[in-house]
Amino acid sequence: MKLLTHNMLQCHIKGVKNGYPLKIEAEKVEEREQDYEPDFLRHIFPRINWDALREGAAAMGIDDLPESASEELLEDDEFLKKFHHALLEVHLEEGALVCPETGRKFPVSDGIPNLLLQEDEC
Amino acid sequence: MKLKELESLMQDIAPFEQPKIELEQYPTGPHLASRLLFAVANSYDEFDGQTVIDLGCGTAMLSIGAAMLGAQHVIGVDVDDDALRIAQENVDEYEDPLPVDFIRCDVRQVAAQARLQADTVVMNPPFGTRRKGADMEFLRAAFALSRNSIYSLHKSSTRDYIQRFVERELRASSAEVLAQLRYDLPASYTFHKEKSKDIEVDLWRFELPPQTDRS
Repeated sequence: MKLLTHNMLQCHIKGVKNGYPLKIEAEKVEEREQDYEPDFLRHIFPRINWDALREGAAAMGIDDLPESASEELLEDDEFLKKFHHALLEVHLEEGALVCPETGRKFPVSDGIPNLLLQEDEC
Repeated sequence: MKLKELESLMQDIAPFEQPKIELEQYPTGPHLASRLLFAVANSYDEFDGQTVIDLGCGTAMLSIGAAMLGAQHVIGVDVDDDALRIAQENVDEYEDPLPVDFIRCDVRQVAAQARLQADTVVMNPPFGTRRKGADMEFLRAAFALSRNSIYSLHKSSTRDYIQRFVERELRASSAEVLAQLRYDLPASYTFHKEKSKDIEVDLWRFELPPQTDRS
């Protein structure tokens, strides 16, 4: 699972108010090369929650993202490459996503998070 | 990519090992999958550079097709662990990593993932013959997950109902049947007596009203 996917996930248990972002517990992380497409990075940037990306990246051992990011940085190649790497090339293979409010763990196995809720959770 | 090439690529994708009747895991045939993918890529250019969600992805035929046709990020969503395992294996077959992630989630719960969205949603939902209304649950979820458009396959016999449902309940800004196809339903279930059975299927395209970015 890429951090782009992580950026879009939250704890969706009924009644949870602050289920975002999910904390990453990383047991196994893999890096896989992905084609560098600056146009796509500009396309997706407005939808990215930067703090969630930065926090998730740090949990996966990537700590070179700036504290904040703005539209102007999207012309900066050096920034785009770091953004690209964190967003699309770092994969959580084994571990868990943890709800910041309830501590509920969504296990990640073979790169696939299990977001199935029990009946009493939805 | 030509339609023929696309169809033969789809033929190489492994199907379900043991289809589950309760989930209506009919494999999306290469014929249907390639026509859906071809329409998105060639008629509307809605894969190239876009994000895609494949809802009820099964063994990931549509996810893989979308990625090969230029989608930059694909999320396959399915409730079934066994299907997702095969889906991941199918994606891993390709030497150049395909930008496809999977998440395990129930279609009835996925709309509660309020931040989960893609430019385009593609799906081959169950026809709702085993669990009544399953096809409408998929449509409802698709409208929550898509930003721009949805491509889906439904029995032609439900055409009028779907038209009303998406316009009145889901606020579709457009709903159009792009083609009527024949679904050669293979005898993958033991209760099917005949060898295979043709069903008329509509390839739909739905559009959503424009929305603003949030982050």
